[in-house]
Amino acid sequence: MLARIFAPIVVGLGFVTALVFAILFTPHDAAQPNVVEEFHKDPKAIHYASDGPLGKFDRQQLQRGFQVYQEVCSACHSIRLVHFRDLEEIGFTKPEVKAIAKQYKIEQPSINPDTGEATTRKNLPSDPIPWNFANEIAARAANNNALPPDLSLMVKAREGGAPYIYSLLTGFAPVPANLPASNRPAPNLHYNPYFANLNIAMPPPLTADGQVEYSDGTKATVDQMARDVSAFLIWTAEPKLEARHRAGIGVVIFLLIATVLAYMSYRNIWAGKKH
Amino acid sequence: MSFPWAEHYAPKHPVMRWLDEKLPLPRLVYSAVGPGYPVPRNLNYFWNFGILAGLALGIQIVSGIILAMHYAANGTVAFDSVEHIMRDVNSGWLIRYAHMNGASFFFIVVYIHIFRGLYYGSYKAPREMVWLLGVVIFLLMMATAFMGYVLPWGQMSFWGAQVITGFFSAIPVVGEPIREWLLGGFAPDNAALNRFFSLHYLLPFVIAGVIVLHIWSLHIPGSNNPTGVDVQGPQDTVPFHPYYTAKDGFGAGVFLVCYALLTFFAPNYLGHPDNYIPANPLSTPAHIVPEWYFLPFYAILKSFTFNFLWIPAKLWGVMAMFGSILLLFFLPWIDGSPVRSANYRPLYQKFFWILLVDVLILGYLGQAEVTPMVVLASQICAIYYFSHFLIILPIVSRIERPLPLPNSITESVLHGEAAEAAPIGLAAASH
Ligand code: HEC
Ligand code: HEM
Repeated sequence: MLARIFAPIVVGLGFVTALVFAILFTPHDAAQPNVVEEFHKDPKAIHYASDGPLGKFDRQQLQRGFQVYQEVCSACHSIRLVHFRDLEEIGFTKPEVKAIAKQYKIEQPSINPDTGEATTRKNLPSDPIPWNFANEIAARAANNNALPPDLSLMVKAREGGAPYIYSLLTGFAPVPANLPASNRPAPNLHYNPYFANLNIAMPPPLTADGQVEYSDGTKATVDQMARDVSAFLIWTAEPKLEARHRAGIGVVIFLLIATVLAYMSYRNIWAGKKH
Repeated sequence: MSFPWAEHYAPKHPVMRWLDEKLPLPRLVYSAVGPGYPVPRNLNYFWNFGILAGLALGIQIVSGIILAMHYAANGTVAFDSVEHIMRDVNSGWLIRYAHMNGASFFFIVVYIHIFRGLYYGSYKAPREMVWLLGVVIFLLMMATAFMGYVLPWGQMSFWGAQVITGFFSAIPVVGEPIREWLLGGFAPDNAALNRFFSLHYLLPFVIAGVIVLHIWSLHIPGSNNPTGVDVQGPQDTVPFHPYYTAKDGFGAGVFLVCYALLTFFAPNYLGHPDNYIPANPLSTPAHIVPEWYFLPFYAILKSFTFNFLWIPAKLWGVMAMFGSILLLFFLPWIDGSPVRSANYRPLYQKFFWILLVDVLILGYLGQAEVTPMVVLASQICAIYYFSHFLIILPIVSRIERPLPLPNSITESVLHGEAAEAAPIGLAAASH
């Protein structure tokens, strides 16, 4: 009986004493003022057609975004999880997709059927969109040893999602005068307060209005291009977003009705039974 | 089993009579979750969560089996095979998101289920075995969830596996060999991924088996109830079916609505963005954090920062983390109060609410960036956690003066004490 009281207390005191010693004897230095935190900015609040439970993609915008990706970002970044055929989902027709694949400036790695040598061939709709670089080493060699990450899942792989990418693209800025020397960009790095450590290896990719020419008449300002390409990257990261929203509305309505019926049957069965 | 006034299965149809003679399965169902199982009439909504946990397990098993048809447990293709499910498999995104968020809902439901047991003293005699099996289920769930999180082979999968298997290396001398044996290598790789997949597929069925034992042992004394007073006669109970099947049906509806909202409209809300980056052993993420349901225990682990009594801080942390769960096995004997329900234990009730808040704060601290303030706060919260179970409870349960108990369940229902049956503060919400 006594053991039941004292055994737990002894064990408990063991843990508690270890913690009390930890509190007393680990140095609790005052928190260092964190330079990065002071200069770092949260993503700007911008909105997309696909936001919210009823959100749908703006297909025109996704096509413009694909154009920005193709003409600017694809020089360095891959979207390896996207196939040419997937572009039908953003409103291109089958023949258009075929043409886009065939004319794509980066060819598909292949093998010469006669000699077995490595070669390239024109893209087919069933091919994944190819990368400008043969491999990671080649990509680093061309980018001062920095690796341009694959963008397919970038929206889901960063806190802040698409607004973060938009902010990053439009957030390159002159180095603030009061930034301590230790946090100033090293050679080949670029100051960008939206990037985690303030200095990113990517040179500003969107630099001038009219850098791409939109065929739908939209004015290609830097802001517009950044919006469009980040919207496009929402789609590459979550191509089934619309199906998910649509199914979700149906499922939730169905479940709500079923729940109300279940509640009524519950009340009915318990009617007259005090509980 | 159960009470003498339980209704008996009496099949009328000749086919059912024939079946009952050869294989009395309908009889078993009838007296386990049918009209033949008398249940206290005063259970509140907190008693829905056992069935909901079973529902969550069912969802996990069904969605998991479908995922396994398309998933490939190999380090070079595992990440892409999950993306293949998300992009190319028909409704694959639904199955995957359902499984991902199903795990979270499973834990939400089981945590409420556990705290229900803590509040109403369901762990006490005669239901100790129900509780012990519950803790076994909880441990199995944690192992299953951990291994499941490794499978997509993203950055958090890899580094989570690295950190968690690293706990074993805190054990002196044999720790490092044990870790290598568990992983099948020096670091998580194909060998680890493959065995985790194998075990992740196995354990849910082990859990299902332990749940059968859990419910079997529950059905010997029957369910506890919000007053904690024993059932005394037929007037105190109602047959499980239709009374509680109806109530559980409604509970399941509410549960599924919440689950669907998250799965369809914020499927990545509870996840970590880093897990959408393929595993890379050469690049350590800035913050390695486990899934949310492990955070309170992770905070306890990190709060031990001092080599006390020549035992390294890391070993203390690991012992404390496992100890914080294993101590639940001893709870039925640590708590000496003959009164079950906290509604009649004014002192214990206060400490219960402090514990709940303490665990929530620990959860918050588990994911916070490690600053001196965060460490200090988690040390204080960890002190309360251990003190609550190991120091306060043995003493308080033996010195407190409980409030007068109702004479019977029926009396408490008929004298308008039903409102008091819900935890204080939630009474209004449940009526
Ligand atoms: C000249 C090559 C180059 C071009 C063109 C380029 N990038 Fe980058 N990008 C990089 C490099 C290199 C990095 C890696 C930066 C680092 O890790 O510091 C990077 C990183 C990124 C990141 C990840 C930032 C993070 O949080 O880690 C995003 C998002 C990104 N680029 C988007 C784009 C988009 C969108 C475009 C087209 C508008 C684009 N990039 C064009 C080279 C480029
Ligand atoms: C897979 C997870 C679990 C499932 C499916 C499950 C299922 C159930 C079911 C169906 C009941 C009866 C209904 C109810 O009282 O809510 C029950 C009761 C109970 N469970 Fe669980 N359970 C699980 C995990 C746990 C855990 C982790 C614990 C504790 C550590 C636990 C402790 C209890 C106790 C003490 C009871 C009796 C409650 C009472 O009669 O008041 N269970 N469980």
